[in-house]
Amino acid sequence: METDILQKNNLLAQRNRGWFEAKGILALNLVSSPGSGKTSLLERTIRELGGRLPVAVIEGDQQTMNDANRIQQAGAPVVQVNTGNGCHLDADMVHRAFRELNPAEDSVLMIENVGNLVCPSLFDLGEAKRVVIMSVTEGEDKPLKYPNMFRSADICVINKIDLLPYLDFDLPKAKEYALQVNHHLTFIDLSVKSGEGFENWINWLMEQAGK
Amino acid sequence: MHELSIAENIVEIAVAHLQGDARAVVQEIELEIGTLSGIEIDALTFAMDAATKDTPLQQAAVRIITVQGRARCNACAAEFDVEDFFSPCPSCGGFDNTTLQGEEMRVKSLLVQD
Repeated sequence: METDILQKNNLLAQRNRGWFEAKGILALNLVSSPGSGKTSLLERTIRELGGRLPVAVIEGDQQTMNDANRIQQAGAPVVQVNTGNGCHLDADMVHRAFRELNPAEDSVLMIENVGNLVCPSLFDLGEAKRVVIMSVTEGEDKPLKYPNMFRSADICVINKIDLLPYLDFDLPKAKEYALQVNHHLTFIDLSVKSGEGFENWINWLMEQAGK
Repeated sequence: MHELSIAENIVEIAVAHLQGDARAVVQEIELEIGTLSGIEIDALTFAMDAATKDTPLQQAAVRIITVQGRARCNACAAEFDVEDFFSPCPSCGGFDNTTLQGEEMRVKSLLVQD
């Protein structure tokens, strides 16, 4: 019978993708380990874009509404998906969430996946780009330890660079490792806290959204 | 532990294949899993036990065929076995490789008794 095990998810993801494209929505799948700063990145992004580009957010976590509350306070519409025992979002969860969220045309839909560098790599959500976020407080060999995730990403955001002077983190080495796994990966170094490099992220977003 | 949702997908595919035949029992299910697919075989075997409970697959023998990862070097065209995505080409040392096989995740066959 030769049936792809992820066939159903992949079909649903393609349906999501068609829906996003028809509405001119830039959908991004944000993946990282827990604590790399995904939610803080989103909070600052929402503030800095400040109406130039409408942002809507789907928050994936095993439990709690904490992240959704933070996003709401930052001023963006948000739907929280609690996966319970699940370790990743799938295309069907995203489908149900954006029907509820109903993001505006020509907006950005940020899908914050469950903090986990293993499981979310296998599940296409219908996103236009997959953004992997790592922070300099992690080991620079993260890309080698979790190759599937770095391999499936389009862009790598390296966060918390304001801490570099206090750490042994080897930034060029981290990029070298990531490029070994994924030849086409591009990087944005930034600090959500200090704002250093943040304009590169904003410019990338505007460019992706065709603004 | 994404293997549990993978196992649930496998059961769903098999049950759909039975087309509502209530007497059908799956005796064997054959899966093809690549070594680069991100699936841990032990975890999948464990998850299949849980996912097949109270389904027509409850008694099914799960046969897993592993597919060895292979890549081709984009610089010198050598083909070689890989265990990961970041091993250099054994001939020229290049990292720009195209994966040829090993990412498979397929339900290959079902043995069904009516």
